[in-house]
Amino acid sequence: MKKIYARPKYLKPVSMHYCPGCGHSIVTKLIAEIIEEMSVADITICVPPAGCAVLTYNYLDVDTTESAHGRAIAVATGIKRVLPDRLVFTYQGDGDLAAIGTAETVHAANRGERITTVFMNNAVYGMTGGQMAPTTILGQKTTTSPFGRDLVREGAPLKISEMLAVLPSTVYIERTAVNSVAGIKATKKAIKKAFKVQQDDLGFSLVEVLSPCPTNWKMTPLASCRWIDEVMAKEYPLGVIKDTTRQTHKKEAADAD
Amino acid sequence: MTKNKNKKLMRGNAVVGEAAIKAGCTCYFGYPITPQNQLPEYMSRRLVEVGGVFIQSESEISAINMALGASVAGARVMTSSSSPGISLKQEGISFLAGCELPCVIVNMARGGPGLGNISPAQSDYFQATRGGGHGDYRSLVYAPASCQELADLTMEAFDVADVYRNPVMILADGMIGQMMEPVTYDNYKPREIPPKDYILDGAKDRPSRIIKSLILNPHEMEEFNWKLARKYRIIEKNETKYEEFMMDDAKVAVIAYGTAARIAKGAVKRARNDGMRVGLIRPITLWPFPSEIIYRRAASVGLFFVFEMSAGQMVEDVRLALKGESEIYFYGRPGGIVPTPVEVQRLITRQYYQKGLI
Amino acid sequence: MFNYTIFGRAVKGKIVIAVEMCKGCLYCVEACPKHLITEATRLNTKGYYPAEFNPSEDNECTACTLCAISCPEAAIEVYRDEKQK
Repeated sequence: MKKIYARPKYLKPVSMHYCPGCGHSIVTKLIAEIIEEMSVADITICVPPAGCAVLTYNYLDVDTTESAHGRAIAVATGIKRVLPDRLVFTYQGDGDLAAIGTAETVHAANRGERITTVFMNNAVYGMTGGQMAPTTILGQKTTTSPFGRDLVREGAPLKISEMLAVLPSTVYIERTAVNSVAGIKATKKAIKKAFKVQQDDLGFSLVEVLSPCPTNWKMTPLASCRWIDEVMAKEYPLGVIKDTTRQTHKKEAADAD
Repeated sequence: MTKNKNKKLMRGNAVVGEAAIKAGCTCYFGYPITPQNQLPEYMSRRLVEVGGVFIQSESEISAINMALGASVAGARVMTSSSSPGISLKQEGISFLAGCELPCVIVNMARGGPGLGNISPAQSDYFQATRGGGHGDYRSLVYAPASCQELADLTMEAFDVADVYRNPVMILADGMIGQMMEPVTYDNYKPREIPPKDYILDGAKDRPSRIIKSLILNPHEMEEFNWKLARKYRIIEKNETKYEEFMMDDAKVAVIAYGTAARIAKGAVKRARNDGMRVGLIRPITLWPFPSEIIYRRAASVGLFFVFEMSAGQMVEDVRLALKGESEIYFYGRPGGIVPTPVEVQRLITRQYYQKGLI
Repeated sequence: MFNYTIFGRAVKGKIVIAVEMCKGCLYCVEACPKHLITEATRLNTKGYYPAEFNPSEDNECTACTLCAISCPEAAIEVYRDEKQK
């Protein structure tokens, strides 16, 4: 019998610390597969900040630097500007990207930094025990919104991807979910495309991934996946939020003639 | 002073920029804040001319983290700000120390605390020398007192940062940053720098590398802290810099750095004219602090006259250095006041006679 | 792209689950179109009830890899019987 699927080459042979059913481990695995398929392991630099994904350097076998909470995109900017021909991506959570790191996110996107951001949206601060995040759904109970997130008290879940789509220099923004095999495949396709956008030097690319967090949602892994479909995806609809890659190609083609 | 080599009249803030570029700095990340604005302005033109990277970031926090990223990628990098902005950078500086990454951070200090004002002051001494950020780390702190020293120490800062893989701070103030003096960039002799075999530039024909400051296992973290401590002992031994001025037969030793030292020199010269045996010890590195030199002078000096443009911060290090073996008189003017040499001389004279040091 | 059948005959395959890496999230149980994976009744060393592969005569694995794709731990290897080509 021929082995047709195995642990990806650039996923270190260690058991990941993520909770059972966590979306982080799925996406970390996908990134490892993409890096292998695009054969970019020797030019890839990964920047995970503090958060559940802080230990990504233990899992992805590529050059990795772990940045301060919320500052991954700034660190990645520094790296990419020094090494423009490397593939630089940040792997951030929702608290990191849409709360403490909002300014870094908005301005890196607005400058059109040629970096890719994998934005894991699991509606809570996972690592620290399930506090409310900017993306916590209205009515969702967390350790710091025990009565359920309230519009008047805590405001609505932040649509950071839609906000970034308004900025001219963002080129490709898509929201997917890793709560099903189809969703996992779509996520892999999206991240791969985002990496290509970076390599084609088109502008800023971001993939937002709705990710199950069973432990902090206090649900089973499978129930978490259902909750994403039934509740979360209503607030955060899946699909391509922005994709100007074709125009830019056309523009370049036009300029070329 | 060497007679006019190719000297150029330049403003302090710009001198830092040019010196950095002469030292091979290819990346600068800054943010507007008085009184250091001319530096980002200078770099926005000059650094780009030499093909470097300039970003005016969205905040001092982003700037220090971009600098960290550029350092991760192996570039010589600088960021600058003034007091409140330096407060914002403290987490980043702690991360630089924790990741053992070189970076030059310039603080043109101003009156504080809070929004303070834009006048020159020395009230960031504790923040700079005790490390305003978290964790057991130290940053090497240079205190230039002239535009020429700004040039020389900035260039040295880049070498020292690379040699020890540690953040290095240039602590000046609004006056030094704004004044114009002739400078040459040929004074400083570059050092031998070890190869940067730790940077991240893609694991090509080598295993992947990690740069991080997270060490979850406390035993490993302790070991790492002792490693840093050994590094700091070596820095203390090798990198302490100071200047002694008219100290040979001095009965009163004025201790001051930066702008305060310039003023104190004027006061010392005047006191000498009046026949008083007064001298100046000027720390050039604030950390490591020149404690031994001060302690050695305790035998011959009757009074240490500590003068700072602050409410008194370096005086504590002087107290530590002297171990109670000599008397200390502190004179400080915080809040952005720049006293005159005459004012300081009057106080020295009073102390001189009151202590019967004739 | 999953060739369930080659020249009309069902493709045969199998999976190997790294039992000690499995955290019992059961994604693979849900993903397997032929329901060949179930939750084991005994714990692994980490204290999870791992996934267990139990094909049967009339219900065989077709190496469609959906279980492996859905596994967060990359703990499933998929094999396909190439002999039938």
